Amino acid sequence: MDPDEYFNRTRMVIVAGKGGVGKTVLSAALARLAARTGLTALLVEVDGRNALAPLFEVGEIGYEEAVIASATDDSAKILARSITPDTALVEWLDDHGMKLVSKRLQKTGAIDVIATATPGIKDLLVLGKIKQLVVESDADIVIVDAPAAGHAMTFLRAPALLAEMARSGPINTQAHAVLAMLQDPKQCEVMLVTLPEETPVNELIDTAFQLEDDVGIQLAPVVVNGMYPIIDGLDADLSGVKSNLGAAKIDELRAAGDFRQQRSILQAGQRARLAEMLPLEQLVLPYVFDADIGLPQIDELADALAEAIANIELPGAADETAGDQ
Amino acid sequence: MSTRSFVELIADKSIVVLAGTGGVGKTTTSAVVALHAAKAGRKVALVTIDPAKRLADALGLDELSNEPSRIDLGADGNDGGELWALMLDTKSTFDELITRYSADPAQAQRILNNDFYGNISNALSGTQEYMAMEKLYELAEGGDYDLVIVDTPPSRNALAFLDSPNMLTRLLDHWLYKALMGSTRTIMKASQLLLKQLSKVVGGEVVEDVVAFFQAFEGMEDGFKERSQRVMELLASDACAFVLVASARRDTTIEAAYLARQLADNDLDVAAVVMNRLQPDFVRLNRRPRAPEYEPFLRAHDELHALADREETHIASLLSQVESDPVVVRVPLLATDVHDLDGMNQLGTKIFPN
Repeated sequence: MDPDEYFNRTRMVIVAGKGGVGKTVLSAALARLAARTGLTALLVEVDGRNALAPLFEVGEIGYEEAVIASATDDSAKILARSITPDTALVEWLDDHGMKLVSKRLQKTGAIDVIATATPGIKDLLVLGKIKQLVVESDADIVIVDAPAAGHAMTFLRAPALLAEMARSGPINTQAHAVLAMLQDPKQCEVMLVTLPEETPVNELIDTAFQLEDDVGIQLAPVVVNGMYPIIDGLDADLSGVKSNLGAAKIDELRAAGDFRQQRSILQAGQRARLAEMLPLEQLVLPYVFDADIGLPQIDELADALAEAIANIELPGAADETAGDQ
Repeated sequence: MSTRSFVELIADKSIVVLAGTGGVGKTTTSAVVALHAAKAGRKVALVTIDPAKRLADALGLDELSNEPSRIDLGADGNDGGELWALMLDTKSTFDELITRYSADPAQAQRILNNDFYGNISNALSGTQEYMAMEKLYELAEGGDYDLVIVDTPPSRNALAFLDSPNMLTRLLDHWLYKALMGSTRTIMKASQLLLKQLSKVVGGEVVEDVVAFFQAFEGMEDGFKERSQRVMELLASDACAFVLVASARRDTTIEAAYLARQLADNDLDVAAVVMNRLQPDFVRLNRRPRAPEYEPFLRAHDELHALADREETHIASLLSQVESDPVVVRVPLLATDVHDLDGMNQLGTKIFPN
């Protein structure tokens, strides 16, 4: 499948996974790849961590939409914005003719009571704001860097929860509208990302089934991040091969090779286990050995992503059963 | 860097709280510390939160509970120590707390049946942290154990647990609550108006639930506030040590440094920093062999070195931001994952080297 074909399947990709598995970096690489195929991407950050800005070497990303990478001859521009729960709540109240109430609620701190009384309300309103962006933005594809797993589940479950809890009123309406967006594969899919390690793989599998069962959301191929590239020749027998090193140093070299081999085998095992337990296509990204991750590394990952996407086949977005056979 | 050993530190304390972001091996580290202390002859209670399934299985924990159950350590040399562990059941710990502070069973029932209470005790972020601290307090005060070890939840705001005992009291302190419970006519009127507006936003049922919850809670708030205060005193006492667990990556060390600062702001010291899953450091080469067979080995060696160097930078940066002179424990990445007692014992020899 061509990358542009992939991005044209849906309007929004929500990137989710356990903390530290590379969600933000993957979101950035996806945006970069979309831009290269000529599509304008809008990157959305939702937890106020400001983690995207350093990757694109720009200052802070705010609530208003901003260009974080300009269009060039061979790529479209990339837009970004940060949506925090508090700003989403206040804006929602304002938009719903409750400007005065909203001021008063803020001033008295009653907004905290609302948030406590209706768990998920802030998550719902963040998703509601994202829905508005999906509808209104000029961007061809919206990429959301979701909160870390655990919280990613509460985040995506909030609309279903509130649709049931608030039995009437504007929150109920909003919850149903957002839920409809999440359940429409033409509008939205979730890309889960993991490292090839025991615990993150287990959590990804749990999250995948919960998302499908509880939210009814379309799952994109899963991303296995941080795979050590295979080094050929690590099984060679070094005994008798001429060298200018002492035996102890040669042992160190061999130990380094063995360690690397062993980690690779472990990683491959986790990948196989994931494939066995979750029937979704896998996109594999290499481990980045560079000290810091900036634009050059993001570009490398975008290359790897393009290659990985080229190697998979996906049914069309209209096919609702995609991902769960 | 402190010259004390980690063994001495743990031996000296009766409460150990492990803090850190998710995915750094905090739960496994808690289990290993608990196992080690039990083998040294102490009676240890371990409170875990959402352990990975295989680790839970290894500990014989198959369900959420409120009471620790005893873990079989096998016969070999554990000097009369005992290891007890539980997987925290947030909801029922909260229910017990409500029951304890209610004036009578009817009051408890009114609260337990309330939808708003259901939200707080199940879904509210901070509740898990609150209940972890509650369980710690209960076990420490009960006096049945020499050492209580608590693995904190991996929330993004990882220090939510510090503030968590205040969560409910803050809610109770809230003016809205006071207004609802107030008796003067003006206050009643003002709050009625606000409630009406709130109903417009979230729907009438939600507001009714909140009001009913606050009414049901009447008379219990002092008990709760007092208990919160005692939990904080216990955490600040010399008997308690905070252990920061981190992996040597940029994002996790930034979070860990933030955590250390928050602890310091609360006058709590980081007693130890456990740097987890470090890449093995292989001896540097002074010359490079030229035969092509060595090429792949040199590449593996170089890449692992690059990683180890990068980790050192992150560790140095973290330690420069922790001012409490902590014990620093370096734990290498094992070639295989840890999920059984053997693995824990093996990891134990790295965390507590002789």
